[in-house]
Amino acid sequence: MAVYILRRLLQSALILLGVSFITFVLLYVLPADPVRQIAGRSATAATVESIRQQLGLDQPFLVQYANYLLNLVQGDFGRSYLQKTEVAQLIASRLPATLLLLVAAIACELLIGLPLGIIAALNRGKAIDNGLMLTSFITVSAPQFVVALLLLFVFAVQLGWFPIGGYGTFAHIVLPALTLGILGSGWYSRIMRSSMVDVLRADFIRTARAKGLGRSKVILGHALPNAILPIIAMIGIDIGIFMSGIVVVESVFGWPGIGQLAWQAIQRVDIPIIMGVTLVSACGIVLGNLIADLISPLIDPRIKLR
Amino acid sequence: MKKLFLSTALATLMALPALAPAQEPKQGGNMVVTYKDDVATLDPAIGYDWQNWSMIKSVFDGLMDYEPGTTKLRPGLAESHEISEDGLTYTFKLRPGVKFHNGRELVADDVVYSINRVVNPATQSPGQGFFSMIEGYDEAAEGKTDAVSGVSAPDDSTVVFKLSRPDATFLHIMALNFSFIVPKEAVEEAGADFGKKPVGTGAFKLAEWTLGQRLVFEKNPDYWISGVPYLDSFTVEVGQEPVVALLRAQNGEVDVPGDGIPPAKFVEVMKDEAQASLVVEGGQLHTGYITMNVTQPPFDKVEVRRAVNMAINKDRIVQVINGRAVPATQPLPPSMPGYTAGYEGYEFDREGAKKLLADAGYADGFDTELFVMNTDPNPRIAQAIQQDLKAIGINASIKSLAQANVIEAGGAGTAPMIWSGGMAWIADFPDPANFYGPILGCSGAVEGGWNWAKYCNPELDKLAAEADSIVDPAKVDERLAKWSDIYMKVMEDAPWAPVFNEQRFTMKSPRMGGDDALYVDPVSIPVNYDYVFIKE
Repeated sequence: MAVYILRRLLQSALILLGVSFITFVLLYVLPADPVRQIAGRSATAATVESIRQQLGLDQPFLVQYANYLLNLVQGDFGRSYLQKTEVAQLIASRLPATLLLLVAAIACELLIGLPLGIIAALNRGKAIDNGLMLTSFITVSAPQFVVALLLLFVFAVQLGWFPIGGYGTFAHIVLPALTLGILGSGWYSRIMRSSMVDVLRADFIRTARAKGLGRSKVILGHALPNAILPIIAMIGIDIGIFMSGIVVVESVFGWPGIGQLAWQAIQRVDIPIIMGVTLVSACGIVLGNLIADLISPLIDPRIKLR
Repeated sequence: MKKLFLSTALATLMALPALAPAQEPKQGGNMVVTYKDDVATLDPAIGYDWQNWSMIKSVFDGLMDYEPGTTKLRPGLAESHEISEDGLTYTFKLRPGVKFHNGRELVADDVVYSINRVVNPATQSPGQGFFSMIEGYDEAAEGKTDAVSGVSAPDDSTVVFKLSRPDATFLHIMALNFSFIVPKEAVEEAGADFGKKPVGTGAFKLAEWTLGQRLVFEKNPDYWISGVPYLDSFTVEVGQEPVVALLRAQNGEVDVPGDGIPPAKFVEVMKDEAQASLVVEGGQLHTGYITMNVTQPPFDKVEVRRAVNMAINKDRIVQVINGRAVPATQPLPPSMPGYTAGYEGYEFDREGAKKLLADAGYADGFDTELFVMNTDPNPRIAQAIQQDLKAIGINASIKSLAQANVIEAGGAGTAPMIWSGGMAWIADFPDPANFYGPILGCSGAVEGGWNWAKYCNPELDKLAAEADSIVDPAKVDERLAKWSDIYMKVMEDAPWAPVFNEQRFTMKSPRMGGDDALYVDPVSIPVNYDYVFIKE
């Protein structure tokens, strides 16, 4: 087990190194000059060159990348070009909001997706199954921006049940989490359904029924624990999907997370922030998958970690 | 030293009642303003976004200032100033008893320190270049010396600036955020974080900054203009989408949506009488234009550039943006001193344009590229331009890119045509000189410069230098006439096709009071925080 974790952590470090390199290359070849963003439109050529030198952006690519890594392993993400604030501080101030939204959104996805998947599986082939699967198809394809604004308009503006965007209380998190929950639930309901359908066909379910167990006991006590396994792996993958989708939802709801930070930084070519957020998100995804893999054998002892 | 004129405390006394608002201002209350983007910094040497620009004005002061809601200069931290007859020496007398937010009294050395700091290359100030007229600027800007030799403080209340050339814009430069006065001890204590922990002399001090969420500005009770500001505080909430901010404003949660009315909602808002009555419209020092790269064929031929000017149907483009602008005839916006009233610009005339193209040897038209920033409404405007050009035989393909990429292509001179929308020039200070040098003069026509037409007419540069050497306030009309001439000559050479001057539309909640001019203040966008108030 310990050897497995150690090997996975080493792999993760390599993945992160790769992510950092690719992101750095992409930002380097980008046909937009960060120095010009800092220097502003009134700056003379001399001012621009002086800033470029001070930031080390006149150095060859590999030197720049090596310097970045060197600082990074010392825990230094650098300072934002435009805000001059430490990137670590900017990310730290926004990470709790994103993590909170992550947990709430995945909880919403599971609370909506799993029951629907189970209901569909139990009614396989019937109208209710088709209806639910069509709905899940629609929700996974719906644009976040539209759903977010729709929920905001109906529940915050028209009905006034929730605040119109912002951060701070439980009421603030309901709509953003629900937006992500509705959109992501389709994946879970589909996976839950197919996994459940497989399990319901298994011999041990027939045995359980044959020995006279009640329907709910069979489903919740025997079928569900066996069908849940793909869902655990799905959560690990979902963290990645979540990170890529968070920009829109955070923007619409004014949620002060790292997605918003990244979006603003991209528009202004604020490279230290873009690098920092990318690496932190990649860390989250790698860790999420690792944890999902570590949990699986606890649920299904047949899985051995090697 | 013979004195040209003396602006005294008397001038201040005369200037202040000029803003006497129709309504009696009420003290107290908190105003809520929203923005989509974070406030990057409140350091006056660094901040150069339109949204932090006005906040910095409320936290700091300069030697000079503007009358609220106007482009008229008035004394700021300096109660008076003298200009030597040759226009090369400016002597400022500081107002006594002005205190920084940390309680220390302002002295002349603070002014010297602040100017040196902006010019010092280690500060990385985007405003460095504005001070190039001061003696000793070059050595200090290159980092050879720590101090600009032309700035000195003979005593605690006197600051003397020696210039290397007469410059009529110098008092405007002294009113620019980059010349705002900062206390050395606070800057040194905070280091690079001064932008997040600002200490100034302004009407408001920063009370709270929760990164990514909100900034709270609190009234400075010791402000040197008594009775100002009127608000107890104002809160800036960031990370708010404009559409959502508008919903919140309609709900009474927001007093001023700082990013304005989103284009997609504009017609809806203006059709609704109740909402439209809350919108203040005003001009701004902005011109939207098409640049044509004069160094490359076919735009190296003046006939072609004039033909483009004649081909553009400006009225229709104004319709495309729901009438949020007025058609432009020249580079300067109408509210800018030096604007040539009565000049009609190039007439919309497709046949005439085709004739000019034929004269230039392009009877069958040509293919070119039009660069444009990729946010609404700019691609739609570019399409309208594309159709207008098509009508005279020019096939322009649209290159819709992110802002930074368009700016890069413009600076490198690789873009034949650029629609300036979203990146257009908005004046740093209300003077015609500010619309010339960087965007139409030779100094901007370099690699990476903002003169995207790469237009360089040495004769006009000479005229511009002449105009700016007229520092005598009594001869201001002569100077403005020279500037008007310069822009008329630019129109003859036609490196740009000016399209429209954007209007500003600021929405405010019904409880907000103060003159309408404060909500479309030409130098404080979106509002002048120091002078607006809450009626109830």
